[in-house]
This record gives sequence, C-alpha cells and structure tokens, in this order.
Amino acid sequence: MTTTPDNLLLLTLNVNGEEHEVITEPRRTLVDVLRHDLRLTGTHVGCEHGICGACTVLVDDRPARACLMFAAQAEGARIRTVESLADPATGELNDLQRSFTEHHGLQCGFCTPGFLMLADGFLAERPEATKEEIREVVAANLCRCTGYQTIVEAIDSCATARRAGCAKTCTAIEETACS
Amino acid sequence: MTRPDAPKTHPADDKGRLTGRSVARREDPRLLSGRGRFVDDIALPGMLHAQFVRSTVAHGEIASVDLTAVREVPGVVAAFTAEDLELTDITAELGRPRSEFVPTAMPVLARDRVRYVGEPVAIVVARDAYAAEDGLEAAKVRYTTLPPVTSENEALAPGAPLVHEEATRNTLVDVSLFATEGIDEVFDAAECVVHVESRTGRQNALPLETRGAVAHWDDREEQLVLNTCTQVPHQVRTVASRCLRLDERAVRVVVPDMGGGFGQKCVVGREEIAAAAAALRLRRPVKWIEDRKDALSASFLAREQHYDVRAAFDADGHILGLDADVVCDMGAYSCYPFTAGIEPLMASAEMPGVYKVPAYRVRGRAVTTNKAPTAPYRGVSRPQYVMVMERLFERAARELGLDAVEIRRRNVITEFPYTGVNNITYDPGSYLESLDLCERLVKDEGWYEKQAAAAAEGRYLGIGYSCFSERTGYGSTAFAQRKMQVVPGFDISEVRMDTSGAVTVTSGTMSHGQSHETTFAQIVADELGLELGKVKLHQGDTDRVTYGYGTFASRSVTIGGSAVRIAAAKLGEKLCRIAAALWETEPAEVELTRGGVRRKDGSDPAFLTYEELADIAYLRAHLLPRDIEPGLSATATFDVFNDGTFSNATHAVVVELHQGTGQVEILRYVCVEDCGVAINPQVVEGQCRGGIAQGIAGALFEQVTYDAQGEPSATSFMDYKVPTAHEIPDVLIHHLETPCTFNETGAKGAGEGGTIGAPAAVLNAVNDALRPTAVELDHTPITPETVHRALNLEPTS
Ligand code: FES
Ligand code: FES
Repeated sequence: MTTTPDNLLLLTLNVNGEEHEVITEPRRTLVDVLRHDLRLTGTHVGCEHGICGACTVLVDDRPARACLMFAAQAEGARIRTVESLADPATGELNDLQRSFTEHHGLQCGFCTPGFLMLADGFLAERPEATKEEIREVVAANLCRCTGYQTIVEAIDSCATARRAGCAKTCTAIEETACS
Repeated sequence: MTRPDAPKTHPADDKGRLTGRSVARREDPRLLSGRGRFVDDIALPGMLHAQFVRSTVAHGEIASVDLTAVREVPGVVAAFTAEDLELTDITAELGRPRSEFVPTAMPVLARDRVRYVGEPVAIVVARDAYAAEDGLEAAKVRYTTLPPVTSENEALAPGAPLVHEEATRNTLVDVSLFATEGIDEVFDAAECVVHVESRTGRQNALPLETRGAVAHWDDREEQLVLNTCTQVPHQVRTVASRCLRLDERAVRVVVPDMGGGFGQKCVVGREEIAAAAAALRLRRPVKWIEDRKDALSASFLAREQHYDVRAAFDADGHILGLDADVVCDMGAYSCYPFTAGIEPLMASAEMPGVYKVPAYRVRGRAVTTNKAPTAPYRGVSRPQYVMVMERLFERAARELGLDAVEIRRRNVITEFPYTGVNNITYDPGSYLESLDLCERLVKDEGWYEKQAAAAAEGRYLGIGYSCFSERTGYGSTAFAQRKMQVVPGFDISEVRMDTSGAVTVTSGTMSHGQSHETTFAQIVADELGLELGKVKLHQGDTDRVTYGYGTFASRSVTIGGSAVRIAAAKLGEKLCRIAAALWETEPAEVELTRGGVRRKDGSDPAFLTYEELADIAYLRAHLLPRDIEPGLSATATFDVFNDGTFSNATHAVVVELHQGTGQVEILRYVCVEDCGVAINPQVVEGQCRGGIAQGIAGALFEQVTYDAQGEPSATSFMDYKVPTAHEIPDVLIHHLETPCTFNETGAKGAGEGGTIGAPAAVLNAVNDALRPTAVELDHTPITPETVHRALNLEPTS
C-alpha cells in the first residue's frame, strides 16, 4: 500500500481472482470499496456494525464481515464476493444458488448474497456438516423475510447433493482403479 | 368489479397450467448472482450523498440552527435547513369531525419545533457519505427543551405537555365506532365476565434494506426522477410533487429491487423528499441511504398498543358481548397516506374476528407522544387484538372449565356469508376446519402426551392456539369507510404483446419480496396459454405504470392480480377477434389455446400463433378490419365493492419454559392456513414462515423502549434483538382452500397472516406452560425476566 500526500492510500485488492487498484481513504470499509469503488454491488449492507451479515464475503476462503474491515486490511488477501459464484462465461448459477431457488430460500433477496457466501465458506470447510450445524452457522446472519427454514434446507440439500456427487465420483475412481 | 362480458377466453388446453404450482421464481437468478439492483446500487455521474442532522432532544423548540461550520468541512458541498428549502408540509387527513380526528402537519425538515429524537432538522450534502457524516458533527443546533411525553399514560394525563398544540389531550383520533344497545345488561346478566389488559411493545418492521433514495433532475424529460424504495410509488409521487410544488407529471418515482418493507415503506418519508429538494437546488444527483442507527430509532416504528377489554360469556362458553378500549401510541406524527387512524380504526372495526360476537362496544384512540412516528406494520392491529381475543377465550375456558380449543369451536363463525356486529360481511372461510385440523396435527404428533410426560418431570411445556381471519383485498369501499382522504382500492393493469408474441404486464402493486414477477406472470401465462418466460412484469415506475396503490394490506394478488388477469383476458379477446376476422368467422368460433388461437371446428388453417397474430397487428395492420385497432394491448381496472375477502388460519405452538433462564423455547409450530387459491404454494408458504418469524419476534424479543427523556433504547442490533435461525423454528404448514368468489384469481391475501397468528399462539402456549404457577401473562414481548420470575418466585398452586 502506498500513501499519497492527501492521506489517500493506493491499494491493490484481489477480488474474484482479479487485481484491482484503488485509491481510497484509510477509513473506507471493504464493503464500501467493493460496492462503490469496484461497483461489485452484489454484496449488501444491512447494519454496518457486524451483526446482520448482509456484507459477508470470503477473505482467504473464510466468511468475513466486509463492513468490519477496512479495505486496507484486505490487501494481499483473496476476496470473493457473490459475483464469483455463477459461471462467469454462461452466467449459470452454481449448485448452492440453484438450491436456494429450489427451496425458496430467498424472498426480497437482500440478505441472500451474505447467506450464500457464509454457506459457501462454511461448506468448503465442513462438507460433512449436519443440518444442525448448518442451522447454527446460518444463525450468524439475519434474514427478515424467510423465517430461515428454507435457507437451512437449501444449504443442507446442497451439502447432501455435493456429498452424494462426491461419493459417486469416488466410487467411480475406485472402480476404475479396481478394473 | 369490472369484468368484460365477453366469453371466458381461457386457453382451451388446460394442461400445463401454472396456477397452483410452485414454479421457480423469475426474480431469483439476478438476486442470487448479485445482479439485483437496489437503491443503494444506483450511482449517477456527479452524484452527491446526503445525511441528516437529527434532533437530539425528544421535545423542544429550535432556538437556532447554525450550519456555517458544516459547510466548511472538507467534502461537504451544501447544507440546508427547512427555511432554505421552503417545502410544503406532509399532512395526512381523515374526513372526520375535529372531535374524532386532528391532522398533524409533518414538515419535511423540522422548522420551529422538534418532537422526537431523530427528527430531521437539516440536510447535509457531500462528496461521499463519509464526508457528509463529518459534516453532521459540525452542525450547531440549539434547542429550548420542553418536557417530553413518552407514554400513552403520560399523554392522556390531565395537564400533560402537548405534542401538538391543536391536539388537546394529545389525542389525534378518538372514535367510538360501535355500541350495541343494552350491552351493559348483557354484561350484568352474564355467567362469566373475563377481563384482559394487554400491552404490546413498540416494534420496528425492520426491512433488512434500510430506506433510501437517489434523486436527480432529468433535463430532457423535464422531470425530477426519484429512485426510492417504497411500497407506494404513486403516493410518493403525489407528495413529492406537492411538497416541491411541481406538476405531478414532472415527478417520476422509480422503485428498483427492494429489500423488504413490511409496511415501514408504505408511507411517505421526509428524507426522500428532502433529498429530492436538495437535488433540485444543486442540480446534481443526491443519494440518501438511511443507516441502521436511524432505521432503528428514527424511522417509522409500530405496534405499541394498549387494550382494556372485557368479554361476557354464558355457562356453555358462548361469547355474549365484548367491551373494548384501545389506545395506540402513534408517536409524533400521523403518517401519509394512512394517518394515525389506521391502528385504532382497524382494531375497532375488526376485533370480533372469527367469532360470533352478538354485542360489541369499542372506543379506539390514537395518542401522540414524543417518539418516532409509526407506520402500518404487517398485520396492523390484528396481531394485537387477535392476541387479546384469544386470551379472553382462554381465560373464559379456564373459568368455565372448558377445553381451550372447544370454547373456540363453540364460537367460531360457521355459516357464511356472515354479517357481524361490526357490520362487516365475512365471505366463506374454513374457520372451524382449520381449527379442527390444526388440533389434530398437534395431537397426531403426540404433543399432549409429551406435555403430560414433561409435567411429570417438573418441566414446563405448553400448547397454545390462535384462530383468526384477516381481511384482505380491501377495495375502495372498505377503505372509504375509514374516511381516509386518500382512498386506496383499485389497481390498473396493462398487458401488451409485442411483435414477437412476448408479453409485458404492468401493475400498480409493488413487490418487495412477495414474488410478483413470478405469480403475476403465472396468472397471465395461464390466461393466454403462454410460457412463463414470455411474460415480464413491470412495477414501480410511475411513468410506466398508469396508476396504482402499491403493495400493502395483502392486496397484491387479490386486487392487482385481478386487474392483471382481466387485462390479459381482454388481450386474449382481441387476439381471438383478429384471428376470427382473418378467418372470416365469428369470434365465438375461435378460442385461445397454448401459444395461439385455434378454430373450434378445426378447419384449415386451424391455428394461428401469437407471433403470427402480433405480426399482423403491428406490421401488417392493413389486414385488420377497420373496427379493430392496430396493436395489441389491453388495460383493466379492478376494485372490490364489498367488505373484501377474509383469509383465515389456525396456528398452534408448543413451547418449553426453562426455569433457570426464563427462556421460552419453541419446540413445534403448526400452521393451517387458507388463503383461497394459492397461485404459487411455495410463495404462500414463504409468506407464512416469514410472517410467523416476525410474529414470534414481537411475542418474545423485539421492543423499542424510551427513557424518561424520550431517548430510544434501540440504536443498534446490540440493543434490538432480531431473532435468528436459532430462535425461529421450522414450521409445518397445511393449506386449505376456500376460494374468494368475487375476485378474478380466487386468491385471498397471504402476506400478513403469519404475523397476526403468532403472538397469540405463543402467548397462549406460554400461559399454558405457566399453569402450575399462579401467573398469567398478557403483555408482549414476553421477556425471559418475566418468565423467570413467574417460574421461580410465584407460589405454585
Ligand atoms: S452490514 Fe456488515 S454485518 Fe451488517
Ligand atoms: S430474503 Fe429478505 S431479508 Fe432475507
């Protein structure tokens, strides 16, 4: 990071695999830089004090509240936002996103990017998560519309399908190995 | 109702009908991939950011406002007071005599006086939101404080300070809508009279997206464009044009995606008008996004009501009379367009609910206090009065030794249409069926056995019910009875087909999570026999949508959906007329089928696709007979000229109370609901679940309190407990279907029922669990402290 005479910083942020240079005040939060400077508006702001989770993004693969971090703190980290989930070429939704739509896990959709990134980070770390564990993690974020049940179901069903898919692939590999 | 006389033009082939199917939502892909566009996502060239200097005192005269230092803060571009902007006040009116209603003018920015902590006093506009906040800190406002009025008791006390000079006794609304003759004798002669005194906490509807606006002047259109998240775009346009003294056509209100509203966004706020005024002054786009602190404490709040109600019963548990006094604490101003009348009038008119109440007397009042003003919130008064009614029945059941479900069974309306003591005619519903089924579901899951087993172990398990109906699909007639000067009711819809056979629909309703893009498309797709993907809905743009009243009171599918369907049917007729003309036959000889029009006799050519017809209607209109206009569009208006329709439901909750912590844990939640035809059952279930979560929030967690100085307790999520996935249980939902017979969709509203039913059921369940103690609770939120005290201090019987 470089400091300019006006007390502005020149930062390099790696977001969704792309490097971005941003000139910003040191006090600017990560979520504001993502939303307003980089125009990645998928990440939302519901409280700016770390409770609602609408601003959840992945920082080095772990869910983080982008409203509680200064952009400067994210330099050198790999940041992922909701914009990274769908297939960049076709726009096709990934399995987690599809699961949300199948289970009606969103209504107004304002909290949704936060829940998706929370779940994405969590499932990567704990693919074998039980429904109870998922419910516990989901309790980190607020949703005012759904009553949470369908969010939990969407994530659980995605995790189950991933495990089944994985089991299939593993069996296939074993079978190949056997033959 | 306007229904064209023409024959029904449903596609002959009903296979593949979408109504009644949980089709995937059309709004999901963009919302799931971060491509939704909410108001804060809008960025315009040269855009500035606004923040508000807000009152720090609850009640006071403004001695001086000095913004000199503000204007010198780096990044600040301008700062305006009320005087600088010269705006007309926002005043909502009821057409009632002064003895019943006192209007209050709400200035866009406070002028001489402030009436609640958080009231906007000046607007600061800066290069970015950070600089605007810096600017706020430099503002110097001096107040001569006045004694604040912070509760309805204080407000009504003789000699209390007045919040508005014109409202003597701080009363904005005072109506006695019903007083059955001889009601006192009914009470004197009754076998059993029970009394409930109940208070409900002040709540925040709390959409996750806070309020906000982006305003700019469009030189080419000679229009102020106001992007704002509102449930009522056309009403915002009216107020903006009046406050800013512009012709209404010179204001365009555009609503992007919306992160919830729940009523908080169905009234006109001051900040969006002030932001628009600043944009006009500066000739630059101005954005205002409410922060969470302001949203919690200074935005529109809701729900704080006090009920004092007696009910008379005969020995068999039949209710004989109801005598109610309702006081609603509306805060500092009457909201536009509903006024402070919304809550007391709703409670007064509809309190008897699903029960056959023969005698009824009610007084309903709205008092003004030095607290943030209120707006309607999901359910409006019904969560409260249903709670009181359900408490009355439970209390009577105890006194008379009856089962809590049985006493309801003896009193619910079973014959329809039923005209109540409140002069409201209820259309058919499944009041008794939902009650029976709900009880059976609870029994089948063995909860009564579990309760007995828990009791034997000294645990506190309770089962509670609530049984209610909710009026939805209010047309102009029902709203006119309230004597509102703005009478919502009708909605207008246009359905237009382009040359590719694709259809665009407009509606005056405004979805903010209710899935209109999907359900309205389902209605049109079925009417015309189209694929869902061929139908696109436009809402929330006053230049694009003729007129409408937006989305509140569960009116969207019932009223808006009906207008959509009639417009689609008219378009279908036109398509039939064109096809018939081309075939030189009568319209009666042709009919809509999937994707086109077919000849009933099957003669050659038997079928014309919509693309072919549209091609002729627009590109080769010379082929049309003179009496058919080129182009393919149809407009329809729908209104309801009776008392509206009634959704109904029974909810059951099983709770366990924890002696050590006083915590109320919900073990099971069962809901049997009837909203008539469910266009998309998954969407209905989503509405139920979300509503129930908000009802539970009100019953157990959320409350904004004020200290003696009028300082609100809730300024962050640290001090306002919004329930999470930990506290909200899974909900079992069962649908019954009693279609509405006088609208076009058969649907009854589904948006609010969950919120209405939950507090009563939770409170009853808690009281059921408290049976071993001498305590009965009638207030919400039910805090752990109250439960703890009940379980640990009160003597057990
Ligand atoms: S906006 Fe970051 S947690 Fe709410
Ligand atoms: S879907 Fe609206 S807040 Fe979660």
